[in-house]
Amino acid sequence: MTEPGDETADKGDDQADEAEELDTPSTGQAAYGCPVTYSVGQRVLHVPRDDWGETAAALLADGWEMCVDVTAVDYLSYGAGRELPPTVVPERFEVVASFVSHRRRDRLRARAQVPESDPSIESLYPIYPGTDFLEREVFDLFGIAFEGHPDLSRILMPETWEGHPLRKDYAVGTVPVQFKAPAQRETRGSAPAQRETRGSAPAQRETRGSAPAQRETRGSAPAQRELRE
Amino acid sequence: MTVTDNESTEIDDPELEVSAGQLGVLTRRDAVLRMSEVKAAATIGGDPIGGETDQTMLVNMGPVHPSTHGVLRLMLELDGETVRRSKPIIGYLHTGMEKTGETLTYLQGPTNVTRMDYVSPLFNELVFSMAVEQLLGLEVPPRAIWIRMLMCELNRISSHLLSMATNGMDIGAVSMMIYGWREREVVLRFFQKVTGLRMNHNYIRPGGVAADLPDGWETDVLELMDLLPPRLEEYDILMTGQPIWRERLQGVGVITAEEAMALSATGPLLRSTGVNWDLRRDLPYLAYDAVDFDVLVGSYGDAFDRYAIRLNEIRESIGIVRQIVDLMPVGDYRSPDTKVTPPPRGRIDESMEALIHHFKIFTEGFKVPEGEVYVAVESPRGELGCYLVSDGGPKPYRMHIRGPSFVNLQAMPHMMADGLLADAVAVIASVDPVLGEVDR
Repeated sequence: MTEPGDETADKGDDQADEAEELDTPSTGQAAYGCPVTYSVGQRVLHVPRDDWGETAAALLADGWEMCVDVTAVDYLSYGAGRELPPTVVPERFEVVASFVSHRRRDRLRARAQVPESDPSIESLYPIYPGTDFLEREVFDLFGIAFEGHPDLSRILMPETWEGHPLRKDYAVGTVPVQFKAPAQRETRGSAPAQRETRGSAPAQRETRGSAPAQRETRGSAPAQRELRE
Repeated sequence: MTVTDNESTEIDDPELEVSAGQLGVLTRRDAVLRMSEVKAAATIGGDPIGGETDQTMLVNMGPVHPSTHGVLRLMLELDGETVRRSKPIIGYLHTGMEKTGETLTYLQGPTNVTRMDYVSPLFNELVFSMAVEQLLGLEVPPRAIWIRMLMCELNRISSHLLSMATNGMDIGAVSMMIYGWREREVVLRFFQKVTGLRMNHNYIRPGGVAADLPDGWETDVLELMDLLPPRLEEYDILMTGQPIWRERLQGVGVITAEEAMALSATGPLLRSTGVNWDLRRDLPYLAYDAVDFDVLVGSYGDAFDRYAIRLNEIRESIGIVRQIVDLMPVGDYRSPDTKVTPPPRGRIDESMEALIHHFKIFTEGFKVPEGEVYVAVESPRGELGCYLVSDGGPKPYRMHIRGPSFVNLQAMPHMMADGLLADAVAVIASVDPVLGEVDR
């Protein structure tokens, strides 16, 4: 088995060929100084957290022109089962980035382990500016900080929201909707429309409560079907 | 209300190594307004702080502005009528669909994802189903593949027709709104005949499609394909050749190929800059390598190119649909694997095993082997990706949708910078975002 460090010496012009040779799945391979595994035939690069930006720069230099996706997974309740190369220490969070090369007509995925104690990783923004919104989304929903991002703020949730909804310990529907204190609300002058939509959240919940009634009406569907038959 | 320019200094951080990355290719690196709500609120009613020479105004456009295609809010920094910096503010439609996806079985999944990009719902179902099938290692019967292709290409047509309509109305060709919706409605009527619903079909499911095409579908499709080309000719007369239309779109919202690549833009937005990239051809899925079509690229990267690409992609899709009608194979419309697809209604009355399978699939759901997968398809707006992690259970451990509209929105400030406020409307229309998918 090749140690991940072995490949770093070969970094250079022949790296492109080297990466292309990795088309046949087998264990113990490495590319860009990182161990490689295959998930359902797709090539996955396991990047150490400290080398995240460096590896991305190497990928860009090697013709992976576009970073199409950045997301994260919270492995809180499914830590042991997932497949990782032996050199990679599993952590709670995993940041996943997908790259595309137009020249090779190929995809590559990079995964980095991010510990719960220090949920942060280098931002890819300086290398791939297209990760701007995607990293903000991960920050918003997972609470993973991207160091070097020019504007790491919430993007989908309100700016004052507490908690990170896509974390596994953030329960569905059990956390009450949070609002600012009324006094605070008045002093903040911006975005009245936004506040109104936030304010309507409990109303939506109430309408959801009426779901059984809807279900009853739906219950008449089989009867109709019988008639037709 | 005024803001100074010195706030932009925090963006251009000299520490950032521009040479190593793509950040350097952005000609207007300061086009994005990096300002929080609190800070923006503080500028309201404040004294001018920028001095006499540099006074810009902060204006909110949306979230209920008719030209913002949904609930998109733009924070615009205006210098007179010129847009300097801007910031798209999203999240108004955020309902946590990725979180919801973790609580639904793989069979219920398409019902959830189809509501993301509600203008092209079949693509959402397709990408989710393909991801599940890849994890399962499930072969889909050829007829199911071709039915999926047929439906998706028709959906591309209806989506682009809607884009024509809203683009027209935004620019002022209000009659286009009526024509676009009218033609789209004809396509939706066919969808209703096949799937039972005009939108949010839940038609493409893991393992195949929900139902076979109805009798006489060829006639319906071919009638539709005969109806559309003359209508597209009308659009050409109404818009493409019109000097006013060209004046409003040509040279507006220009973006270079390097910028589009750096900003991860995909779809018509990327192709308008001349980058020849279409997943249907370059990373083929379904049976796109068996049909013949052209990938349309622009040369100026402006709003007009994006309009023209969409208009002509409708024509290409008509060509693809005609080929599909000719090549449609016979056979099963869903996988015969009883562990994944529910048994036919008739079998349940005869077979105990079928009844058990039916019960298990609809209560517990089918289990998917452990693993993770990223699958992408070319939706009308660009690369629509689905990242799925399975822990071996009947529900996804993590379901992430990479929405093309969400990522393409990033390019908007760069296209609007130093343009007129009126052109900002044209830029939004040319990106054609669907906010359901942006916010998910």
